[in-house]
Amino acid sequence: MAQSITPQQGGVYEDGTVRLFTLAAVLWGVVGMAVGVLIAAQLTWPELNFGIPWLSYGRLRPLHTNAVIFAFGGCALMGSSFYVVQRTSQVRLFMPKLAAFVFWGWQLVILAAAISLPMGYTQGKEYAELEWPIDVLITLVWVAYAVVFFGTIGIRKVRHIYVANWFYGAFILTVALLHIVNSAAIPVSAFKSYSAYAGVQDAMVQWWYGHNAVGFFLTAGFLGMMYYFIPKQAERPIYSYRLSIVHFWALIFTYMWAGPHHLHYTALPDWAQSIGMIFSLVLLAPSWGGMINGVMTLSGAWHKLRDDPILKFLIVALSFYGMATFEGPMMSIKTVNALSHYTDWTVGHVHAGALGWVGLMTIGTLYYMVPRMYGQTRMYSVKAIELHFWISTLGIVLYIAAMWMAGVMQGLMWRAVNTDGTLVYSFVESVKATFPFYVIRLAGGLLYLSGMGVMVWNVVKTAQAGQYQPLRIPTAQNVVIAGAHA
Amino acid sequence: MDILYLLIPLSTLLVLAILGVFAWALNGGQFEEIEREGERILTEAPDIGSNLDFDQAQIATPEEESRPEQFRL
Repeated sequence: MAQSITPQQGGVYEDGTVRLFTLAAVLWGVVGMAVGVLIAAQLTWPELNFGIPWLSYGRLRPLHTNAVIFAFGGCALMGSSFYVVQRTSQVRLFMPKLAAFVFWGWQLVILAAAISLPMGYTQGKEYAELEWPIDVLITLVWVAYAVVFFGTIGIRKVRHIYVANWFYGAFILTVALLHIVNSAAIPVSAFKSYSAYAGVQDAMVQWWYGHNAVGFFLTAGFLGMMYYFIPKQAERPIYSYRLSIVHFWALIFTYMWAGPHHLHYTALPDWAQSIGMIFSLVLLAPSWGGMINGVMTLSGAWHKLRDDPILKFLIVALSFYGMATFEGPMMSIKTVNALSHYTDWTVGHVHAGALGWVGLMTIGTLYYMVPRMYGQTRMYSVKAIELHFWISTLGIVLYIAAMWMAGVMQGLMWRAVNTDGTLVYSFVESVKATFPFYVIRLAGGLLYLSGMGVMVWNVVKTAQAGQYQPLRIPTAQNVVIAGAHA
Repeated sequence: MDILYLLIPLSTLLVLAILGVFAWALNGGQFEEIEREGERILTEAPDIGSNLDFDQAQIATPEEESRPEQFRL
């Protein structure tokens, strides 16, 4: 039956790189979350720093954030975007060798981060800690990624560009711009550089980057995933395709301006803070529009949610997206921020988005993609997916509930004043009072990490049971060709 | 706050660029028969390789006898 594929028949999809990215995402998820659990334990019991510099909290914390965002999230985004863009464009990946370079280059970036951060090399910019030589490498890999992605769009066989590709495309372009502007630095040696900006200017650039990285890396990218994998897994078209288009344009037009809410009550001019707050509040509308659009895809087929653990992951991820995008605008209101800023409430908010939205969406997507990378329709064990879902959800609830309580408590303790104007509590008293919540947070993190352990077992079993079969690209007769459509 | 002289024009330029892409999409017919486009991803050919009994393959290729070859390398 070995019938060869000729170009006229459309060839096969390039899934080798996609498979590597999915496996890497699982691996880096475990590593990044394990480091997260370790630093959560260090915050609870500082003795766990062991007096070893490269195991200290200050160096491991950026390692954790970089690993989960750029290694786990990044590999999932790159792999799923290559998967989605080929299938929705019905064409083989543009320049497959360059795609392989994107994979290995990105792994090199991750490896360099894993070595340089514990050694103490840092630019000191949150989510952009990596020193300048690594920043240069990131730029090269990212340009290659953009060439492969947009090249594939350019040679597409379907005239309409599916909405998921718009989200992925916005993510790729914006992250490139953010990275170049924020990482501008003057090197003084091979491993040390100073930011091109200073003082509050630097802070503003940093949070223009930081917030838009949340908006375009952690939101737009994963919305691309959502708009492809929820309809596919539910076997139903998105609730309103029209609304998904509105969601896209509304989101990208408004996101850019919300960054100053990270700098409330700082040296940043008051009007700039207020603009940041207003745009953050405006963002609630497109965010909830998209969330409702995704969830309502199951309208009339809610039973699927009961039977299918992958859909549980995807839909609950959207619920957390809705929750975090409600909480975020609320926290950007200056009076609320006066209570929440610098407390663990912020940490809870971030993790509602990270564990809930990004994590669950990625895990659901990986459970969809991994068996298909091994010529199968489902994972080795569906029960294990169900187990993973409940462990992770319980972990997230423990984590964010503990951080909400800790955060509000800290905020109230810090602002409490005696009648003579002196503070009621010293800072260390608030740290002491936070201890039980840190223990609960650690338990939540451990649960989430053990869920990833279940996933690794399931992925290994699935990989052993199957073998990849190249997937034929549909022939031209079956699709509307670009331009052929009047 | 000299930095705002960089960030505000940069963000404004970006918005203008987004407007340009939006205009291209509008005039290029990206928004025609929009709801049908949402269904297309479900009517694509099967999303796994051959050598399996796979329901969607039957949907995509009505002529049953041609199915094995159609999806096999």
